[in-house]
Amino acid sequence: MHAEKLQHEFEPKIVAFVCTWCTYAGADLAGTSRMQYPANVRVLKFPCTGRIDPVFILRAFQKGADGVLVSGCHPGDCHYMAGNFHARRRFAAFRALLGFVGVDLERLQFSWVSAAEGGKWVEVVTELTEKVRSMGPMKEFKALENEEQWSGALNTPELREAFESIT
Amino acid sequence: MSRIGVFVCHCGENISRTVDVERVAKEAGEIPGVAYSCDYKYMCSDPGQNLLKKAVAEHNLDGALVAACSPRMHEKTFRKAASAAGLNPYLCEMGNIREHCSWVHEDREEATAKASDIVKFMVERVKKGKSLAPITVPVTKKALIIGGGIAGIQAALDIADAGHQVVMVEREPSIGGHMAQLSETFPTLDCSQCIMTPKMVDVANHPNITLYTYAEIEKVDGYIGNFQVTVRKKARSVDESKCTGCGVCMTKCPKKKIPNDFDQGHGMRTAIYVPFPQAVPNTPVIDRQNCTMFQSGKCGVCQKVCGPGAVDFEQQDTLTVESVGAIVVATGFKLYSIERKPEESAIQGYGEFGYGTIPDIIDGMTFERLASASGPTGGRILRPSDGKEPKQVVFIQCVGSRAREKGISYCSKVCCMYTAKHTMLYHHKVHDGQAYVFYMDARTPGKGYDEFWRRAVEEEEAVYIRGMVSRMYQRGDKIVVMGSDTLVGVQVEIEADLVVMATAVQAQDGADLLAQKLGISYDKYNFYSEAHAKLKPVECATAGIYLAGACQGPKDIPDTVSQASAAAAKVMTLFAKDQLERDPVVAKVNEKYCVGCLACKKVCPYGAVEEREIRDRQGNLVKVVANVNPGVCGGCGTCQATCPSKSVELDGYTDEQIMAMIESL
Repeated sequence: MHAEKLQHEFEPKIVAFVCTWCTYAGADLAGTSRMQYPANVRVLKFPCTGRIDPVFILRAFQKGADGVLVSGCHPGDCHYMAGNFHARRRFAAFRALLGFVGVDLERLQFSWVSAAEGGKWVEVVTELTEKVRSMGPMKEFKALENEEQWSGALNTPELREAFESIT
Repeated sequence: MSRIGVFVCHCGENISRTVDVERVAKEAGEIPGVAYSCDYKYMCSDPGQNLLKKAVAEHNLDGALVAACSPRMHEKTFRKAASAAGLNPYLCEMGNIREHCSWVHEDREEATAKASDIVKFMVERVKKGKSLAPITVPVTKKALIIGGGIAGIQAALDIADAGHQVVMVEREPSIGGHMAQLSETFPTLDCSQCIMTPKMVDVANHPNITLYTYAEIEKVDGYIGNFQVTVRKKARSVDESKCTGCGVCMTKCPKKKIPNDFDQGHGMRTAIYVPFPQAVPNTPVIDRQNCTMFQSGKCGVCQKVCGPGAVDFEQQDTLTVESVGAIVVATGFKLYSIERKPEESAIQGYGEFGYGTIPDIIDGMTFERLASASGPTGGRILRPSDGKEPKQVVFIQCVGSRAREKGISYCSKVCCMYTAKHTMLYHHKVHDGQAYVFYMDARTPGKGYDEFWRRAVEEEEAVYIRGMVSRMYQRGDKIVVMGSDTLVGVQVEIEADLVVMATAVQAQDGADLLAQKLGISYDKYNFYSEAHAKLKPVECATAGIYLAGACQGPKDIPDTVSQASAAAAKVMTLFAKDQLERDPVVAKVNEKYCVGCLACKKVCPYGAVEEREIRDRQGNLVKVVANVNPGVCGGCGTCQATCPSKSVELDGYTDEQIMAMIESL
């Protein structure tokens, strides 16, 4: 018997950037083990966390992500030997910058999930989804993005209102 | 505008049960640039693949997206089909709507929405994809075998017999591994040494095999077909080229009371020693920790008596680089040590069993040594404490194995069979003795295995008690074993002379460190992970590296030998070609924009980035740019994320592709 599904007011959008060797395979394992987790996450595959440019994270937030997860091989287990070390260092700096800009760092999660850790993948995704759900939508970057799209060439209050209603 | 075909798979009911595949296909058809979309029950089947081929031709498609299982499963299948239809294989991608969607979500609405999203962003990826041609690289037809147990030996002999060069690296002074320690083997009870030692000699004498014993892997560079492996040959203190193996040094060595690891610490050896008489190579090694010469600088008897002058106290470790095309990892297992302190590891000990404090509680391997004709007792079953013949022996199964609360949840697979064998060996050697076995389940799958176990119970009079032991303690010269018989529902107390515990099979010490050097993955118990549990049981996810034997999981000898031969066959398949095709996922530099800061060179884990000078016609230096050697590039893309001017790009994962994916979210 299935428990009555909880209805939430807000379904966050979570974007996960993962490496193909560890975390993607770990997520595959969660699938083959038929574990269950919230369907909010969209997984983008990279060869290595070393390939992940911080710009991608910014862009994901701008494009409507309420939470971003970056996950790769455990330190020392990188398929490419050292890609995840570079990623770790890059994200440590980037995280500080993001915090300085005013992004709630709770929305950005870094983790190591190996190919054998299907359970951990489920845990990480579920935890982040629930956390972000309780935080509500991420508005700051979306507002910026809208501002960017607003050309302002014909700046009438009516047009402005109409634009805001569609974005 | 692109003309992309989207093919949504039902995977029988695996996907369609939770995902409305028809809706996904319909919504996919509405994405700009998608010229055709359909759904089918089994896309990977022959009719499914034909559907893809036909659609490519009929709709003049320039890209394909198959929304089905994980690309780790069938990417190759569909790329091959796309290629057959005249499409560049790298313009065929997979959307994972099974492992990442239908199998992990229950809500049909949510799962369908997610599947549609996956299709959407993957279509964007295909749109921005480029036609790529595979890179060909030469194959070095030489294999490296790590580990000289039965798995390594079998793989080495198979590959060497096929006419290829083999390098074998063994950590211990002799090859042979655990199988050389065994007395007799199930289910035939033939002597392990008799079937093992000829194979060891074959390895040593084979013209195609180079043997490094007392050596370890220091570093592994390169990729499939072209690995550079640095081997550390530890200082043996004996020159192998001079030593004749006469053994005079060992008879003269004054240090004679060192417990021999090969006999599980129950036999004694000298400081200069070979682990066992049948060792291959038969060249002694000096145990520097226990040698008087190395500890106090006085002695040197072995050097004085050595006729050929092979003993060399000054010998140092040497590093050798071997170029190989394939690697077989066969590092084997170790037995769970129950005396381990809980604080040292996640795996809890069995303090209540008194192992390590009561001398007559031993593990299975020690029993093997006691039963072995070449063991410390010459094959007589004598208990360690007083050398008496035990008349009541209790065997305990699943010590460490299948005990989640102690840290290991898996079954060690071999213990049921070897305990049955132990009861028989004991019964053959001590006719008036009685064997008791505490067991959880008797697991005896395998050819002739159940018959063997039944023989132990029905003909050899072993008493099997279903239940576990709770406590053991010494009373006089007896060990009191307290347990329960869960079939009868009574408490049992047996006064035993000897207790043998079938301890769990664990990954070898340092297995994780070796995996890190090789770049292969391992599970939480440090067993190496195969690429696919069923369809790629000997391959690693890392191309060119194969697994054999118990390093991948507990295994008996027949399974180990089968796997080793399978790994050898895979290596030979690789060596059948002179050139190897590799995925063209490599970085390329845009020389127009590259400013030559070489930040990429600093982060490249492969050393694939070189400087390239651009000169004008007069030969004046215009600028220095980075240049990626595609043969060496591993395709991680760290350079691209690092490049400040965005002038290096990883094919298959370009910024354009990734940005397009993010935009579509």
